[in-house]
Amino acid sequence: MYDAKVRGILIEGNKNYHQISDEVSKPVESAPPKWWYVAMGIATIMLLAGVWAGYVTISQGIGTWGLNNSVAWGWGIINFVWWIGIGHAGTAFSIFLLILRQKWRTSINRAAEAMTVFAVLAAGLFPMIHMGRIWFAFYIMPYPNTRGPLWVNYNSPLFWDVVAISTYLMASATFWYVGMIPDFATIRDRAKKTGNKIREAIYGTLAFGWDGSTKTWLRFEHLAMILGGLTAPLVISVHSIVAMDFATSVMPGWHTTIFPPYFVIGAIFSGFAMVLTLMIIIRKFYHFEEYVTKGHLDAIGRILTFISLIMGTAYLTEIFIAWYSGSEYEFFTFFKNRITGDYYWAFYAMFISNAIVPQLFWIKKVRNNITIVFIMSIIINIGMWFERYVIVVTSLSKDYLPSAWADYSPTIVEIMLYIGTLGLFILGVLAFFKYIPMFAASEIKGILKPTTIKEEQNN
Amino acid sequence: MKKYWRSLNELQGNLSVDPEPEFSTIGISEDEIKGKAKTSRRDFLKLLGFGVGYATIAASCETPVNKAIPYLIKPDEVTVGVANYYASTFFDGHDYCSILVKTREGRPIKLEGNELSSLTKGGTTARVQASVLNLYDSARYKNPKKGTTDISWDDADKAIIEELNKIAEQGGKIVIFSSTIISPSTKKIFKDFKEKYPTTQVVYYDAVSYSAMLDANLKAFGKRVLPDYHFDKADLIVSFGADFLGNWISPVEFTKQYSSKRKPEKGNPKMSKHVQFESTMTLTGSNADYRIPIKPSDEAALLIELYNKLAAKAGVETLSGGKAIVNIDSLAAELWENKGKSLVVCGTNDVNNQYIVNAINNLLENYGKTIDINAPLLLKQGNDAEVKAIVEEMNAGKVAAIFFNNSNPVYDYPEKEKFAEGLKKVALSVSFASAKDETSQVCTYTCPDNNYLESWNDAEPKAGHYSLAQPSIHQLFDTRQMQDSLLKWMGKDKQYYDCIRTYWEKAIFAKQTAFADFTSFWNKSLHDGVFETTIETETLAFNNEGLAEAANKTKKSGEGIELLVYENIGIGNGANANNPWLQELPDPVSKVCWDNYLAVSYNYAKANGLELGDIVKVNNQFEIPILIQPGQADETVAIAMGYGRTNAGLAADGVGQNAYTLLDNSGNHKSYIISGVKIEKTGKNHQLALTQEYHTMQGRDIVHETSLDEYAKNPTAGNEAHVKHEENKPITLYPGRTYEGHHWGLALDLNACTGCSACVIACQAENNVPVIGRDEVINRRIMHWMRIDRYYSEQADNPEVFYMPVMCQHCDNAPCENVCPVAATPHSDEGLNQMAYNRCIGTRYCMNNCPYRVRRFNWYQFTNNAKYAFTEDLDLSRMVLNPDVLVRTRGVVEKCTMCVQRIQEGKLNAKKENRPLRDGEIKPACLQACAADAIIFGDLNDKDSKIVAAYENERNYHLLEELHTLPSVGYLTKVRNKSDENFIS
Repeated sequence: MYDAKVRGILIEGNKNYHQISDEVSKPVESAPPKWWYVAMGIATIMLLAGVWAGYVTISQGIGTWGLNNSVAWGWGIINFVWWIGIGHAGTAFSIFLLILRQKWRTSINRAAEAMTVFAVLAAGLFPMIHMGRIWFAFYIMPYPNTRGPLWVNYNSPLFWDVVAISTYLMASATFWYVGMIPDFATIRDRAKKTGNKIREAIYGTLAFGWDGSTKTWLRFEHLAMILGGLTAPLVISVHSIVAMDFATSVMPGWHTTIFPPYFVIGAIFSGFAMVLTLMIIIRKFYHFEEYVTKGHLDAIGRILTFISLIMGTAYLTEIFIAWYSGSEYEFFTFFKNRITGDYYWAFYAMFISNAIVPQLFWIKKVRNNITIVFIMSIIINIGMWFERYVIVVTSLSKDYLPSAWADYSPTIVEIMLYIGTLGLFILGVLAFFKYIPMFAASEIKGILKPTTIKEEQNN
Repeated sequence: MKKYWRSLNELQGNLSVDPEPEFSTIGISEDEIKGKAKTSRRDFLKLLGFGVGYATIAASCETPVNKAIPYLIKPDEVTVGVANYYASTFFDGHDYCSILVKTREGRPIKLEGNELSSLTKGGTTARVQASVLNLYDSARYKNPKKGTTDISWDDADKAIIEELNKIAEQGGKIVIFSSTIISPSTKKIFKDFKEKYPTTQVVYYDAVSYSAMLDANLKAFGKRVLPDYHFDKADLIVSFGADFLGNWISPVEFTKQYSSKRKPEKGNPKMSKHVQFESTMTLTGSNADYRIPIKPSDEAALLIELYNKLAAKAGVETLSGGKAIVNIDSLAAELWENKGKSLVVCGTNDVNNQYIVNAINNLLENYGKTIDINAPLLLKQGNDAEVKAIVEEMNAGKVAAIFFNNSNPVYDYPEKEKFAEGLKKVALSVSFASAKDETSQVCTYTCPDNNYLESWNDAEPKAGHYSLAQPSIHQLFDTRQMQDSLLKWMGKDKQYYDCIRTYWEKAIFAKQTAFADFTSFWNKSLHDGVFETTIETETLAFNNEGLAEAANKTKKSGEGIELLVYENIGIGNGANANNPWLQELPDPVSKVCWDNYLAVSYNYAKANGLELGDIVKVNNQFEIPILIQPGQADETVAIAMGYGRTNAGLAADGVGQNAYTLLDNSGNHKSYIISGVKIEKTGKNHQLALTQEYHTMQGRDIVHETSLDEYAKNPTAGNEAHVKHEENKPITLYPGRTYEGHHWGLALDLNACTGCSACVIACQAENNVPVIGRDEVINRRIMHWMRIDRYYSEQADNPEVFYMPVMCQHCDNAPCENVCPVAATPHSDEGLNQMAYNRCIGTRYCMNNCPYRVRRFNWYQFTNNAKYAFTEDLDLSRMVLNPDVLVRTRGVVEKCTMCVQRIQEGKLNAKKENRPLRDGEIKPACLQACAADAIIFGDLNDKDSKIVAAYENERNYHLLEELHTLPSVGYLTKVRNKSDENFIS
């Protein structure tokens, strides 16, 4: 009979419950460090740049972007897909690992879920600002109206997007919020003790009258499981549907059945990379090394290695099918435009970053070197951005009729919009650092090793 | 109580069966038919709530004021919403076309070809189509001017008459400097003017001169005229640099004729063979079966060689100086076989070359068969030598007064500085320019002429062919017709209109017998726009004397690089350069707009390390970007004329360089060929506005092509892919669409299409397609609903050229339709892919998913925006808009509708007259404009229609049909009459 190896301790430092409450609540209860203000300032400036770009776009028109009659989607959709991908991590993390009863998730899930919400918000901006007539955006909502009534086109993947993304955003946000309730209650209770009335009132409201009774805990855990079960398919559906924006079209390089799973995997890949980036920052700046242990980073590294292999397989499958299909248009897109053509740099940036570089995680030393892991997480994020660039731009720029082939490069407005959403994301994350307990303290408490083991260790 | 029943159904108590609805149910929801959509109390409350809310908002917001002034007394002929057509004549001193002016509510908005003219037969060109916009040009003069100050007509008249009288007393010379006049009535007025002021000389000046050809015909036949040509009777056409499909003499007429011989059929696989010798790639050359790039200086030697070869066969004396630049033995042999069925034309303004061409045609016995010298074309009358003499006299101070009619020599005279200097010495200079130009800028008086759409006129484009022009709108500004001004200054109290009538009554009425009274004849002629009569033929003997001398005098060598100044399709001679439609028309061959450029050969560019857009300095005169033109002969370069205007208006000023300054004016005829041109690199680069950046088909199955021989053997030759596709129809789970009423379809004959782009501008005019300007074209955002794709075959030095007009294919299984999230682009019951602009939110998903890339997005507010209309007066330029077509706002997608407004109009007309729609009754704007009859439109459900015949033609295929988009646009395979690669080598 195979004996499962007993997993090592998940939280280091022999912490007791009180210690955890203290440490997790500390950033909320104390003034933020100086770097936090600096980062806030930078993020605000980035956001303002994005607001300017949005103003220019809405007041003057999409003409301020670098798009043209052939490449009608550019950075806007690239960034949209990129952000949606990043927004996958939180939910995937929390829910898949929750359902799979992976206890190590508890140190990471809160931050990952927070990231999801901000990333999906950032993503949601793009399809909106991307519209030629944003003031008629409500046409896309299916409701009985006085215009006929005119309904939406249920055949359109863009409409599916609207449904999938809004559902996903709401589900993720709910899941995230529900998970935070016990911790808000902790802060409320601690504020009561220290006599901080304002904090008590705010977190008291946020805690929804949590009383910590067994019944409440029972309901909470049931709700968490149910929400998790409900949200899990959404992780798959949302990016599958984003993939269908492309897959249901007739463009060479888009019209492939592999797209939905390939996109979902890619999204989880980029999300995990972003989680890695974020967790390294948290443990470094807030000194949470004992909560986010090398073991956690190691685990994420292993997952990334595996996903990276899937990504590589997907890339190679696409290329193989392009050749095997015998379609000259597909062949051209992959072999003449991506691998050897004008956009070869984007293709190789994508392939090397996503399929080759993460293979370094096979080496334990690499997984344990936080600096390298951090750099690699950034490389994966960039690589995943290039993946979307390759898909959107190369297919559109050179499709069927050579007469209509056109190149695309972004304008400052598009770049600023992207920077603006980065600013929005960073602002959200920074606010999260300050105002919300960064770890699911209640859940962490649940995975502490029993005292007997501690004693044994002490001996 | 008695029961009354309303129907048998009710009597039988069978109420569940709905009676047949009285009206057509197509497009109406079931609820509406059954009357279920009635207003309930809830609806009432909803409406009440909405009404109150809306009223509150409406009352608190300032709404824009739209001025619409109803007719107080409605003119009889105007029915609001219904177009009136007036037959008229387009002649701008350069191009002639018989037209119908479409007016809506009194405004000319579109020009259509007049099918009653046997010359133009309903065809038009891009320049003719675009000319309606000139009427609404903000650069037009709005009143007479003295220098730059506005004056009244009375003051102008008084001053000018006074000066004229003074000059007449002193015996000073008066010059009327005019473009070619084909109006017999105007000529009569010039004659009268000369009677009144005997020192008057009338000089005809053509910016694009045909003076040498006229003189050659004078030598050969004793008549200074241009013959009419019959490309429809020629089996073998050999052209030496004559761009007869694009610009040469009468391109609409020639395109009609030419294309009629380019439509091989299954039972009759015959078409003309066309050989073109030229230096730069012209529209005509790109359509030739054999195109041989030659240096312009080799033309004479080649002509003499050809003459000698034919002379040897005919047994007449040969000429000296022939040189076989290429082997033309087979060409000469084939020409000889086709005696009387061939045509040799030449576009060079060189009297010797033209004389030899005449001699060749004479040897081939083409006169009287394919060339008609008896009823000549009168479209070009300029005399370079006379003009040159006048310039000398002006500089010598011998000219006292000069009147410029429709001519702009300060811009387009080769030695324009000399002209301007001379002009300063002329005491009285009057320009009749109707819009700003360089000459009127330096004249003492500007007495603006009406636009031709505001004018009465007549024309005699060809001997015996008369046409009338009538005003289709009242003068927009305080302008006066040139002829009226002259009449006034002659002291005649008469209107030009009366002069035309008088002239017609006296000179033309007698030429017909159909009408006994003049008024009926006049009304009929005015209604038809044309009156055609045959003229008596006389046999003109060909005069051979001087041929040997001419052969000796030909220019047989050119040193260094030779430059050709040519006319392009859009801008032409530059007179109408301030027309944004024309500026934005991509040149059919180079696909460049908003610029002229130095066309260099592929080898030259390679040898000199030049790339597209590199700026070079030409002859130390100006700097200009280069374009590598495949098919450009080595050691030659070319520049289009008509650019580099300095005082024409917002669209033209500062665009390109003025190539007229390069012309060689040393001889008796302006030479458009300059040898020993100095080209220096500057190291700078200028981005040209290209609408197509990839020039080959990349080996893809896009244009189907075959040779005539193959076609004769197998009518599906070249179209194998379609045959295969038809055999292996794709399988689909979904039921196909059925069309119970009409099912509209379009077919394009790739063999007839010459790429002339008249359709592009016609579409722009008809559908209110906005202009976007150079920068946005560079951004690849051109709005044209119809584009002409041009592909080169692989050989970069002399490629074969393919033209393919592409517009919305109205796919029955349209990829764009199912991706629109708001269903803004649905399919109609008649097979049209529709665009609901008001519903579009601009996701541009449809654009991405269109494999034909025919959808256009309003990236900015292009319409109702002075910046993009290139006008100072937006309201004026908007008068050209077609009220039947919605003007699109920023942020919506648009595309070809197959002119759905015309379809609706045709259907309604048929319905009003209670008859089925006739085939060919509805003509989309592109089809109407096409001089080559390359476009076929009709109802695919009408089995007898031309469109069904076209679809059943073995040559028919659909673009990218393997995608199963099921397009409603068909293309007919291109057939080249090219069997022997070594025909000319």
